[in-house]
Amino acid sequence: MKIKLTFWRVVFLVIMALGLYSTYVRYLHGLGAVSNMTDQFPWGFWIGFDCLCGVMLAAGGFCMVGAVYLFNVESLHSVVRPAVLTAFLGYLLFIVGLLFDLGRPWFIWHQLIYMNPHSVMFEVGFCVMTYTAVLFFEFLPNVFERLHLKTPIKWIHKVYPVLIVLGILLSTLHQSSLGSLYLIMPSKLHPFWYSPALPFFFFGSAVAVGLAMTIFESTQSAKALGRHLELSVLVRLGGALLVALWVNALLRFEDYLHRGLLRQILQPSYEAYFLWLELALSFVIPITLLSFKKVRLSPNWLYLASVISLFGFITNRLNVSLIGFETYVGHHYLPKWTEFSVTLMIVAMGFALFRVAVQYLPIFPKDDLVKQRATTVRSTMPIAAPVLEHAGD
Amino acid sequence: MSKALLYDSTLCIGCKQCEQACATQNNLPYNDSVAAEEVSSAHKFTAVLTHGDKFMRRLCMHCENPACASVCPVGAFHKTKEGPVVYDVWKCIGCRYCMAACPFSTPKYEWGSLNPRVRKCTMCPDRVKAGQQTACAEICPTGATKFGERDDLIREAQDRLRQNPSAYLPRVYGLHEVGGTSVFILASVKVEEFGYPASERVGDTPLPEYTGKVMDRIPDFIPIWSLVLGGIYWISHRRAEVAAAEAEEKKNGSAR
Repeated sequence: MKIKLTFWRVVFLVIMALGLYSTYVRYLHGLGAVSNMTDQFPWGFWIGFDCLCGVMLAAGGFCMVGAVYLFNVESLHSVVRPAVLTAFLGYLLFIVGLLFDLGRPWFIWHQLIYMNPHSVMFEVGFCVMTYTAVLFFEFLPNVFERLHLKTPIKWIHKVYPVLIVLGILLSTLHQSSLGSLYLIMPSKLHPFWYSPALPFFFFGSAVAVGLAMTIFESTQSAKALGRHLELSVLVRLGGALLVALWVNALLRFEDYLHRGLLRQILQPSYEAYFLWLELALSFVIPITLLSFKKVRLSPNWLYLASVISLFGFITNRLNVSLIGFETYVGHHYLPKWTEFSVTLMIVAMGFALFRVAVQYLPIFPKDDLVKQRATTVRSTMPIAAPVLEHAGD
Repeated sequence: MSKALLYDSTLCIGCKQCEQACATQNNLPYNDSVAAEEVSSAHKFTAVLTHGDKFMRRLCMHCENPACASVCPVGAFHKTKEGPVVYDVWKCIGCRYCMAACPFSTPKYEWGSLNPRVRKCTMCPDRVKAGQQTACAEICPTGATKFGERDDLIREAQDRLRQNPSAYLPRVYGLHEVGGTSVFILASVKVEEFGYPASERVGDTPLPEYTGKVMDRIPDFIPIWSLVLGGIYWISHRRAEVAAAEAEEKKNGSAR
């Protein structure tokens, strides 16, 4: 088999090379050499993006499993497998990210023996660990199907109700707990982002992101695989996303109203600019877009609205974890390029693994794939993550 | 009984002997250049700060209800019954939540190390357990840093404020902050000028209570939410079953 060097493959290789260099610096010279974290900024971009955003972006798994298996919404069946795959990869890569960020990653197993039940971090760690195991079992039928093993599939189907309930329970707990992590820092985190309701915001936004991410990834993989998009599925998801965004926006508004911050958030300040960016991307623009029927019925527009809201919620997580601390600390934190390159490497690994899994496992219905290879019309929408597009060509 | 430290900055002459004693006690390097560093760090657990003719010590406050101990996922920090908040390096996984959570930003990190530790003033737990004073209190030539029973020191600090009100700002820093600490500071100028957080900023509530409100609900939340989820599963699937059965019946009925 000859491997062609396409543009995106070269990009992928460059990302991997830089990432490996940063990995070398991280493990041979320590956290100080690879990052701009300091005693004042002990949590940097890796916590803000790899951990908070990573887990948030993997929320599609529990959202779709919940919709299809818990509420029995049959029509969304075709997106469950890709959503579970994304979640499974997301959590695995989150753990990879953790191995970079932890100062003593070789002791990560201490979580299992020295438990501190008062610690939110312990709860998050424990839930993430168990949920990754649950996702593994939810993902396993793909492999068994591929290997034509019928018996183990039957076993998994027997315990499926338990897996589903457990998965959603664990997701509720740790998605919200990522917000609870910051509850203990009322004197440090800026009042725009410190709120007693943080766990509710984190869970609520995870549901919205789960929906947006499912739209994003099914559109993206449909393009990559040359499949037709099931419009009815996207339309349903888009409608649900609109509702979820409204609920989130109202929760945030109610919180600012309750804490008397409405006037303050409208006055220009360093934090206000970031808050405006966040609110515009996560709520104002996507809600406005999705309010038009034309947008809700068009795959391209739905894709755009979802991607914008994803960027909005990513901004939210970075605001909570980085921007919100700058005033307290008294100086800015800008990640070192090596921090970015590690994150980029992990993200690129995610896209590549997704592409490989989709290629070799029955993630999407197979007949579909063959039939539509022939009749594909490449759509003209903008590509946010083009690594996917040619990675497997 | 719980021990504590009382630091009276009006008695401090800035000799930095406490810094040196601390370094010796903890096997840390100490020389003129370390002495000149006016910040506590991974290699300097206490620092004497100089602003004109005023001095101020920075050290761990040894909170009564410490945030670092409550957030640590592996319980590497704990408050001993003698007073010191101590750290067990073996348990530590390096998540640095203690540093993020500490309202005084006390814990520091060995950023350059390949097996980094969190470092901070430990209030000489071995000495305290053996009935001795901390190294810094023992060496202090003026009694600016005084070691003793927590209750006694509170009384003494309040007496000093009462007897000499013109010499001090009327506040024992550490008495109420974050629910009380085991280090008390008396000063003639605001401790905030030396990097301590303002009293109103950190508040009187022990910080672990903020997370406790949420964490305490989890044991109830798990069974309730599992039941709700299980219930939804049962109802929605039962509905489908009933619908299928009815359809079947209808088919059979019409066939007959």
